[in-house]
Amino acid sequence: MTSMPLASSSRLPSRASWWHRNQQSLTPWLMLAPGVIFFLVYVIFPIFQSFHISLFEWDGLGPKEFVGLYNYEELYWDDAFYVSLRNNILWLLLYMLAIPAGLAIALFLNQTVTGIRLYKSLFFFPFVISQVVVGLVFSWFYDPTFGMFNVMLGWIGLDPVNVLGDERFVTYGIIVAGLWPQTAYCMILYLTGLNAVDPEQIEAGRLDGAKGLKMLWHIILPQLRPATFIAFVVTIIGALRSFDLISIMTNGGPFGESRVLAFYMFEVALSEYGFRMGYGAAIAVVLFLIMMIYIAFFLWKMARDERGH
Amino acid sequence: MFPTPIEKSSRSWQFGYQGLLPLALIFWLMPLIAVAIFSIKPEADFSQGNYWGWPSSFEGFANYALVFTASDMPRYLLNSVLITLPTVIGAVALSCMTGFALGIYRFKGNMWLFFMFVAGNFVPFQILMVPVRELTLGLGIYDTKLGLVLFHVAFQTGFCTLFMRNFIRALPKELIEAARVEGVSELRIFWYVVLPLMKPAIAALAVLIFTFIWNDYFWALVLTQGPGSQPVTAGITSFNAEYRAAYHLMSAGSLVAALPPVAMFFAMQKHFIAGLTLGAVK
Repeated sequence: MTSMPLASSSRLPSRASWWHRNQQSLTPWLMLAPGVIFFLVYVIFPIFQSFHISLFEWDGLGPKEFVGLYNYEELYWDDAFYVSLRNNILWLLLYMLAIPAGLAIALFLNQTVTGIRLYKSLFFFPFVISQVVVGLVFSWFYDPTFGMFNVMLGWIGLDPVNVLGDERFVTYGIIVAGLWPQTAYCMILYLTGLNAVDPEQIEAGRLDGAKGLKMLWHIILPQLRPATFIAFVVTIIGALRSFDLISIMTNGGPFGESRVLAFYMFEVALSEYGFRMGYGAAIAVVLFLIMMIYIAFFLWKMARDERGH
Repeated sequence: MFPTPIEKSSRSWQFGYQGLLPLALIFWLMPLIAVAIFSIKPEADFSQGNYWGWPSSFEGFANYALVFTASDMPRYLLNSVLITLPTVIGAVALSCMTGFALGIYRFKGNMWLFFMFVAGNFVPFQILMVPVRELTLGLGIYDTKLGLVLFHVAFQTGFCTLFMRNFIRALPKELIEAARVEGVSELRIFWYVVLPLMKPAIAALAVLIFTFIWNDYFWALVLTQGPGSQPVTAGITSFNAEYRAAYHLMSAGSLVAALPPVAMFFAMQKHFIAGLTLGAVK
């Protein structure tokens, strides 16, 4: 195949021929250069710089002081770090509820009645609006004086609760707010997946007497595996990136009980509590290493799929 | 189709389903509906404790007009537009090229470069925060829209490259081979053969990136400060600080800030969902 263009270009005058002879090997690099340079400068190098900065005590302005692994040692004794880590794990575990919830709504909406398209779009709605607005909406929803949440608790005869002001409930309250858009995302993934389910297999299953949950488990879910995989990936990333909601709804409070690593890092490095860039970078490195487990898994699976081609 | 199509089930369940749909929707969107109701109430309702009752008068028009005339809101909105549009153009342009290179050519390092983009796309923002802030300060573009745009373009290129490369992989190879046999140069193949075929992917990415960037809050906090350059997600918090306890205005302001991506979604729904569910079907 590749000899064809070479044969035709060899007939051209020699001054143009260097480019013509090599264009197939040069073009990809020419095309890649701007994107790769941008990505290296703004994404890849900064990862290593963060590792480096985490070895220093630095306020962002003055000179950097090398302290070795001291920041990590301090982290080891830092109670706020463990609170954040615990909340991160809570986020990761509870965020997974978005996947079955999204599947349930998708199954509920996978019909062809009139107006169903509009219903699907409106159910997807929460994902499109910014987390800042979701956070505001939910902090009013939970408001102890007038929030809809306490009105609803009143209906079933419960006393009002100040969700965001109570250290026992605060993280759960924020996670519920986060589950709202995340469930919508999983729903749309499953709706697309359900569209592509093979109708013949369903018919065959029906003839074999499979119904309801049995059908779902043995015939539908295996076919939805790609959708489930994507749902897992985006949900894990969403859980570990949780920052906006916490910043808007509680600013980490009460008493730092709703912090996660992503938020604590920001607080340490860039807020009124002081500009400790090195310590912040150390927290970010820990967060990065947690995420690295998932990135590695994702890349491994992708490499496997690529080879399958 | 699964579950069983509703037309094939009993008459009573058909009616039941039709009735359940709007109820489920109202329940699902309850927090948002509450805010929408707040935004058309007069101030007096809140001071008199009439939070959930019927509005004593409908002040929707006045409330929204106030958001646009008596605050920095229009500026924040304009900033958001001036940050989002260049980012969309930049990221899509760069990734058309990287996607083309990685999708069409076989060369050493292809897989590694692709993995670099994919992996970088998943890193937690926080690991980039301190160095990127330093870089932006060093370039003298801290607290400018340009500073935000450059970072967003770079970061989004990761996701966009993943998207474009997979899309280009699925194009028929014969087209490109045929063009090469005709002696068409590689750059012309990119421009005249591949790019026109990428239109659906470009549309899908453009609406997705628009939404992601419009809704960004973290980087707006890290790289900008005042109404001169902050987008509306960061602006809404200053807006709320200014109108503390004026719930009718805060609600109206929040809805205004949320509206553009929603409008974009409804206008380009097909592309949006195609982009979002990439890979959800084999």
